[in-house]
Parts: sequence; structure tokens; C-alpha cells
Amino acid sequence: MDMVIEHIDAQLPGVVVDRHAFRGDQTIVVAKERFLEVVDLLHREGFQLLVDLTAVDWPERELDGKPVRFDVVYHWLNLASQERLRVKVPVADGEAVPSLVSRFKTADWFEREVFDLFGIRFEGHPNLERLLTWEDFPGHALRKDFPLDGGDPFCMEGCTAPYNNGERN
Amino acid sequence: MESIALSRQQLDGDRMIVNMGPSHPTTHGTLHIVLELEGETIVKASPRMGYLHRGVEKLGENLSYQQFIPLTDRLNYCSSIMNNVGYACAVEKLLGIEIPRRAQQIRVLVSEIARIADHIVCVGVNAVDIGAFTAFLYLFKQRETAYDLFEMAAGQRLHTSFTRIGGLFRDIPEAFVPLAERFLVECEAAVDECERLLTHNPIWYNRTKGVGAITAEEAINWGYTGPCLRAAGVPQDLRKAQPYLGYETYDFDVPVGTTGDVFDRYLVRVEEMRQSLRIIRQVLDRLEPGPIIVDDYKVALPPKEKVYTRMESLIHHFKLIMHGMEMPVGEVYSATEAANGELGFYLVSDGGKNPYRIRVRPPCLPIYSSFDTQVKGCLIADAVAVLGAMNVIAGELDR
Repeated sequence: MDMVIEHIDAQLPGVVVDRHAFRGDQTIVVAKERFLEVVDLLHREGFQLLVDLTAVDWPERELDGKPVRFDVVYHWLNLASQERLRVKVPVADGEAVPSLVSRFKTADWFEREVFDLFGIRFEGHPNLERLLTWEDFPGHALRKDFPLDGGDPFCMEGCTAPYNNGERN
Repeated sequence: MESIALSRQQLDGDRMIVNMGPSHPTTHGTLHIVLELEGETIVKASPRMGYLHRGVEKLGENLSYQQFIPLTDRLNYCSSIMNNVGYACAVEKLLGIEIPRRAQQIRVLVSEIARIADHIVCVGVNAVDIGAFTAFLYLFKQRETAYDLFEMAAGQRLHTSFTRIGGLFRDIPEAFVPLAERFLVECEAAVDECERLLTHNPIWYNRTKGVGAITAEEAINWGYTGPCLRAAGVPQDLRKAQPYLGYETYDFDVPVGTTGDVFDRYLVRVEEMRQSLRIIRQVLDRLEPGPIIVDDYKVALPPKEKVYTRMESLIHHFKLIMHGMEMPVGEVYSATEAANGELGFYLVSDGGKNPYRIRVRPPCLPIYSSFDTQVKGCLIADAVAVLGAMNVIAGELDR
């Protein structure tokens, strides 16, 4: 498994910002600017099944003095060697991540779901609309500052989460 | 989201908008599909989802690891025990613990019964949707036995909550094994009967052959897993590829299709039922007495008699209920082969009592996302067949 990460590091020097292994799961952290290069390399290396795409919210987190609120988390599976690789892309609130729809059709709904529940935008997504909640839903439900009881979704009182990042889309 | 109301252009053309669902007998659960038709040919199908969205992942962040188990019942409610097993495996991976052998065997046993029950629903209801009612009745008799077995094991038929972190809620009762033996014989006969009713039936063949065909590359690109991926010719089964719960010690085959159409998906599911029966046979043969939950009171509750008589056990009980388990800081992704495909749980722990983030990777969401391309150019009746063969379960899709 380390082989793949070594290979990525050799092919694209400096792209792997951070890496760790826990309970046999390999994780690499990649900056969003160079994310697509990594994706293309992974695809060539046989990681062709994008198993999962999700995000994690760390509201207070800062990296190098800049607030970086979200991790967009991708899980790839190599069907030939049965290796799994987790790729994390840190993004700040309001920043967009490159969309993978043109490369992986699975990404379509997964990205819509992440947009719906976290409010992270995906650049280049053909149809970035809410998936699970309705169009006018206030806020993004899986953000840590969204109230557990949902506030009052119909009049938006008591909801502290930003209303669709200030946009009505 | 484009409006359901007809636009000017749609009114001018010959296109017709038909709402399938959200309450329609062939939409399994609350699925809503807006079909755009030209005559009876589907030009576009836009699935709308979220009618059953309960925010399971959000709730999970506010519940302890143990408390999340009942919510997993409500994901794929046709085979809830498999979700229990998948979730428990994920937390055990996070904890880095191994569960006792008997617990593993019983988990495999109930998982395979659940797989059969799930495939019965899928194949049977798919046939009903297309118009073949008989096979459904023969199969559903076996599903009743499967649910009787669940009731014996867990005390519940549907929402089983059978597993605990580190093992099982309780051991299977004595009457379980004889009934399972009977189930093996009768289910085998019922599957044969179903095959005699459907496999060589020209109407079934014509209605399903070539409908929803997909190539292996396309299926992988769409993120297919489980029977739908195998029907497309990819022999990917996590029980073989990345064995868990000792699946590597069981002898079974992975059926694979060629074209990925509804007929192949049906054949794969029928054969998987037979293979599951083979696994159940092997489990019953090797089932040996032993503990069913780990002997670590930092993870699993001590037995009640000890709690009532010993101070130490009482303290453990209290600590576990009030403060939860001591979780390591880290993140794991654990996947099991559920009836629909790869059911994954991604857990992020910050060391607290509750998971920091809990993500359920539903197997039917990527499969269902390809629905539009699958039915484009087909008739409505074909869309019904494709929908049935995808085995979309709304509880799992919407979470």
C-alpha cells in the first residue's frame, strides 16, 4: 500500500501534504490546487472505483494560520489489487473543490449530497443542486453549527447556520 | 432543480411529464421519479430523493457508538441484521478488537439469512412489478421463516439491533438451529421452484433480457457494487476480496453475469441465495459453544449477575453507560458486503463518547444515480423492471 503513496510522491513531488495510517487505512492529504493531478494519476494506477465521497466539518480548525473548516474525503478502491486509499482535501468555508463528475460518474450525486449537507461547492459540476433536502432548506444540515433539532425549517428562526452561504440557490 | 410544472417548450412539443411515485406500488419505498415521455418512450428520468431523509448521520454525531445501532436497522430495512453487523465491524475496527469465534460465526449465519431474505424481496417484488405474481408467493413463505429466525435470535423481526460493539446482544436459542436446518431444505426447494417459474419463462425472459444492460467499465465508473456490479461481469465480492468475520474459511462461489441487464441481475441474485445457503450449512456444521461477546468490560457490558453481586462489575457497568467506551482518536472506513453491495461506515473519532462524524456509504445510491442513463429510450414498463432490479431501498438511499 505504501508503494502507491511512494509512487504518487515520486511522480508528483510535493503533492502529498500529509499522510498517515491508522488500523490499516492509508490516508493522504492533498491541496485542492493539485487534486486533479492526483486523481488522474490514481485513475491510471488502477484506482477506478470511487467508493465514497463525503466531508467532515472542523469549525475551529486552522492550518498555517488560515481557517480551513472542511475536509472533503474521498475513498478509492483498486479492484485489481483490492487496495484502498483515502484522499483528504482541506477547504475553507466558501471555497470550491474541483468536481470529479467528468472522470467519475459516481461523483455526481455524492457531490450534490456534500453540497446539500455541508455547503461545499464543486467547481465544474454540471448540476450542483441539493439532493436530500429541498431547494429552500435553510442552512446545511451536517455542519456542526446546525441545530440537531433542525431549528424551524419553515420560518428559519432559531437557525444559526448561514443560509446557503448567503445565496438562495 | 427544474420545475415539475410544464415549461412552454414542453407544452409545445409532444412530451409528457409523468410522476412515478413518491407513493406508487412499484417505487420501493418513497421514491419519486419524474419521467419525461415522448409517446411511451422515456426521454428523461429525473429521480427526486430525500422523502425518507431522517438525518441519520447527524443523529449519529449526537449518540454514543452503542446507541447508533438501532438507527442502522432503519437503513436497509429488508436486511437490517446485516447493517448491524456492518456497523459493529466498523466500530470494532476503530477499537482494534477481535470478537470471539462464536460471535463471528453467528454474525455470518444471520447475515447470510438476511442476504437471502433481501434477495427474496428483490427478486420476488421485481417479478410482481413485471406481472409475475406466483414466484413472489413461493418465495415469501421462505422470507417468513427467515424473519421467524430473526425473531428467535434478536426478539424482533424487522428492527433487529442484534449486534453489540464487541459481539452480540445474546446467544441464539436452542430452537434456532433446527428451524435453520428446516429453512435450508425448504428454501433450496423454493429457490428451485422460483427458477422453474421464471428462468425459462419466455415472458420473463423477454421483459428482462437486454433491459438495463451495462458494461463492466461503465458499472465501475458509476460506482456499482454488489449483485449489480457482478451481473456486469466484475467478480468483486468483499467476502472473497477483503474477507471479514472469517469468510475466507467458508467455501462458496461468486456468481458473475455478462451483460449486467435485469435478467443477469436476477440470475446472480438467485445463485447468491444458493451460495448463501451453502455458507449457512457450513456455519451450522462448525458452530461451537463459547462466549458471544468480548470479555473486556471497557467495551462490553459485564453480565447482569456480576453487576448485581460485584462492586467492580457495577463500576464498569456505570462507567460504560455514563461515559461510554474509551475510543482512540482516528478515522476508519470499514466495508462489508451487504445484500445490495458495499455497505461502508466511515467513522471519525476525536476520542469522545460520541463519534465526531459518522458516514454511511449506502450501496444503492451510486446504483440509483445511473437510473436516467439506464432507462433512457426505454418504455415505462422497462423502467419498472430496472428499478426493481436495482433494489433501491429508500431507507438506505436517503438515510
